Amino acid sequence: MSVRRLADDSVQPSSFSFTKENLAWAKKRIALYPKGREQSAIIPLLMRAQEQSGWVSKAAIEKCADMVNMPYIRALEVATFYTQFQLQPVGSKAHIQICGTTPCMLRGAEDLRALCQRKIAKKAHQLNEDGTLSWEEVECAGACVNAPIVTIGKDTYEDLTVERLEEIIDAFAAGKAKEITPGPQIDRQFSAPANGFTSLLNLNNISGKEKKSPANSKGKKTKNRVKSVNENKQATLFSAPKDKKDDLKLISGIGAVLEKKLNNLGITTFAQLAALKKADIKKIDDALSFKGRIERDEWIKQAKALAKGGVEEYIRQFGKKPV
Amino acid sequence: MTQIKVDGELIEVPDYYTLMQAAEAAGKQIPRFCFHERLSVAGNCRMCLVEVKGGPPKPQASCAMGVKDLRPGPNGEPAEIFTNTPMVKKAREGVLEFLLINHPLDCPICDQGGECDLQDQAMAFGLDSSRFTENKRIVEDKYLGPLIKTIMTRCIHCTRCVRFTTEIAGINELGLLGRGEDAQITPYIERALSSELVGNIVDLCPVGALTSRPYAFTARPWELTKTETIDVMDALGSAIRVDSRGCEVMRILPRINEDINEEWISDKTRYVWDGLKRQRLDRPYVRKGKKLVEANWDEALNLVARKIKKAGNRVGAIAGDLAGVEEMYALKKLINSVGSNNIDCRPPMSALEANMDRGVYIFNPTIAGIEESDCILIIGANPRFEASLLNVRIRKTWRAKDLPIGLVGQRVDLTYDYTHLGEDIDSVKALATGSHKFNKILKKAKKPIVIVGEGAISLAKNSKKTGRDILSMSLMIANNAGALREDWNGFGLLHNAAARVGGLDIGFVPDNGGASSLEQLELAKKGELDIIFLLGADEYDLQSLDKTFVVYIGSHGDVGAHHADVILPAAAYTEKSAIYVNSEGRVQMTKRAVFPPGEAKEDWAIIRALSARIDKILPFDNLAQLREKLYAEFPHLQNINQIKAGNISAMKKLAKIPAKTSNVLLRSPIKEYYLTNAIARASKIMAECVKARREREGANR
Ligand code: SF4
Ligand code: FES
Ligand code: FES
Repeated sequence: MSVRRLADDSVQPSSFSFTKENLAWAKKRIALYPKGREQSAIIPLLMRAQEQSGWVSKAAIEKCADMVNMPYIRALEVATFYTQFQLQPVGSKAHIQICGTTPCMLRGAEDLRALCQRKIAKKAHQLNEDGTLSWEEVECAGACVNAPIVTIGKDTYEDLTVERLEEIIDAFAAGKAKEITPGPQIDRQFSAPANGFTSLLNLNNISGKEKKSPANSKGKKTKNRVKSVNENKQATLFSAPKDKKDDLKLISGIGAVLEKKLNNLGITTFAQLAALKKADIKKIDDALSFKGRIERDEWIKQAKALAKGGVEEYIRQFGKKPV
Repeated sequence: MTQIKVDGELIEVPDYYTLMQAAEAAGKQIPRFCFHERLSVAGNCRMCLVEVKGGPPKPQASCAMGVKDLRPGPNGEPAEIFTNTPMVKKAREGVLEFLLINHPLDCPICDQGGECDLQDQAMAFGLDSSRFTENKRIVEDKYLGPLIKTIMTRCIHCTRCVRFTTEIAGINELGLLGRGEDAQITPYIERALSSELVGNIVDLCPVGALTSRPYAFTARPWELTKTETIDVMDALGSAIRVDSRGCEVMRILPRINEDINEEWISDKTRYVWDGLKRQRLDRPYVRKGKKLVEANWDEALNLVARKIKKAGNRVGAIAGDLAGVEEMYALKKLINSVGSNNIDCRPPMSALEANMDRGVYIFNPTIAGIEESDCILIIGANPRFEASLLNVRIRKTWRAKDLPIGLVGQRVDLTYDYTHLGEDIDSVKALATGSHKFNKILKKAKKPIVIVGEGAISLAKNSKKTGRDILSMSLMIANNAGALREDWNGFGLLHNAAARVGGLDIGFVPDNGGASSLEQLELAKKGELDIIFLLGADEYDLQSLDKTFVVYIGSHGDVGAHHADVILPAAAYTEKSAIYVNSEGRVQMTKRAVFPPGEAKEDWAIIRALSARIDKILPFDNLAQLREKLYAEFPHLQNINQIKAGNISAMKKLAKIPAKTSNVLLRSPIKEYYLTNAIARASKIMAECVKARREREGANR
């Protein structure tokens, strides 16, 4: 970051005014704050001004300050504090914000910057010759998993290569920004692993559906998500005795959540647990992804004791109260 | 009250105290940069870190944390903080190391050297070296006007200057732009700050980022002689310290006086010092033909003596704005001794008369009393420029409780909100008769204050004293509002000159058929006044004095001296011990910081010497004897720093509403704040201030 100050007078517009819609929006925004606290609206107002004209000019700062009855210097303090406010004109077609923080830097942000320097302007915040493009380096945009990334307007373009960014810049310069889908520029969903899932693979088995990595096509992302949530629903494997329900939580290793899951599977009594066969255990293990927990925590032994003589028998066998 | 343990010592403090205040109450010094008692808490320098027992495992900023924020111990023991643990020591060292990273360490060429908080605290709490090997940051200097020199690389971002200008001075021009390492103190527009109090940020700046421009590179603090005295630039008598070297005043700084100026002073008070060296009358002059030529004391005094003897009682005297009580007393005695009563110390057409009760002409509620008030009405005054520190009090009170303030007079920026009630005498009359909207608000107030400007009561129309009507109506307003009570005297006359109340106190006003200043000038025009003494009187229209022999006793070659036939050079306020009574009626005394230049002498001694030459020897040979006589006649003058209260019933008697008033506009008599007296007019710095202000206003248009 460098010293932030108002742009040179030569580029400052002589006045600024909100469009009709923006003005209405701004008034609503100011009204959101309690009386006497209207000045709190300065940030959204400045941001709106920036969205309207690409950058925040002196005239815009003064206009916003007047609207919330704030001294100019206080509004300027806000505008210079947040680097998200552009204090000089930006490219009319695109202002490219290259993330330069460590993850992106390690994944090639410096090359992206070099590209911008070559393609747009030598220095950050400078306009290219026809005033359509500009760039700057910013801090982490919060999409580090998909490094390196750039932000243009409100969208991020992730998993970039120099070539891809060049295409993107060209598209923007040609006014074809719509043709570029924001987000990862490689075949993956959001920040899911780039080479397919490496964990939670069993989930697909349970639902009985064989599925590959869901990052196949972007359009279906949301649907896939919903499905994987549904996959968590278990089918009943055992038939629970109608009359009886024990407190399975007494078995060390079973808490309220597990108890509920076991109940869902149809296991509600100590006797049922005590009578489990090897194959049953495997079934439960798979269904709940226990990975041998039943054996490890000696559920069967504990259940037998509790089924036989309740808490007393448990204390006799294990030398402590069940919890 | 809560209990708190500081370094193991149990103390009891009010629960609104901060940890810093609590530590101080326990006698522990806490270093600081950003915290200042009279400014809001910023908590951004981190120099005041302390350890809190049972608190988070990191040091806490003691200036920003209250004692009531602390949790008691597990068994309800009082909370405990430490100011001397290894954690605190390390924290302080760390803070200083960080601060010094970007500090240029140019102390040898820095004017703050020797009185720099950073220097002192780095010595006391810092490490002996830095581990920083990168390049240091550099910050461009900013232009803040002719009074402030900026070396912004030295700034440590305490934001005291920003808080002072916004909170106390009431201007929103300075801010902290940017963030982090790139943060910079910057004015919104690079031009002189538009306040008459900016000099104070020089004192507030804990480092050498903001220093005094006129004082730059002229002296080191340890080579200065410090004299504690009072100011005479306005009628408040702010407490000041005059720093001198040899026979030169090098600078003027404020002293704390909670009753008057707290710890601020106005720019005129602070920067007028170069006027003390310029345009000085350092030897007697006698007019020969058209020209004033140098003379010696004998020659000059003899000439004056001869003239007096010839004049009989056709003698007059006018005391100017900066005259001390002693010299006025001596001059009064001298004039009386030749059988004349032509003495005056008031502005022309003043409504104040001899034998008026003191309550009518002093600022009864007192400056500190403003903070108790719940409603203020200002009539015909611009307190911002007539009495800047009084205005600061009003603003302070307004910020604290948003009290209603009304103004009759010119609509000006007073740094606080007020209701403008009109600009002419009719508005005053409406207020006096109770028909004005504002009367309701006044009525409701428990402790209303009615401030009346000296300008308003000196108004005239068709050479009728309109001011007299304003005075009596103002008293009426005060009385109706319940401001004239034994337990609350809310009537305050605001004078513009340091000499005024003292002069009124000793009766330096025409009595028993004496002529007022204006009448004297009239007489002079007609050739009926043979000799007139001007005791530093420069604010009068002296055009008509050709036929009269003019004796000017004063320190500066200003208007008065130009009209003089004889100049008797006298001492300025930093060069003599003299009593001044401020607008509140508070008796104060100046101290001599340096000797008068050349052959100049203290005013009273000049008058005493003159009296010997006309064989009317005044009965004192030194200042002590003079004061003895003075005190015998006016006992209240010996009570330094005290106020003799006004008499409520006497004040009430003067309250009335005249049937007919001729309409005039109420205007502050101050045309140019920076040039209100001879010393200020001699000052180059003040002239620069005027220029800067004109430029600023020109740019605004
Ligand atoms: S200029 Fe001085 S007072 Fe202002 S922020 Fe910097 S160090 Fe503090
Ligand atoms: S480091 Fe680039 S998005 Fe976080
Ligand atoms: S004095 Fe406490 S943070 Fe500065």
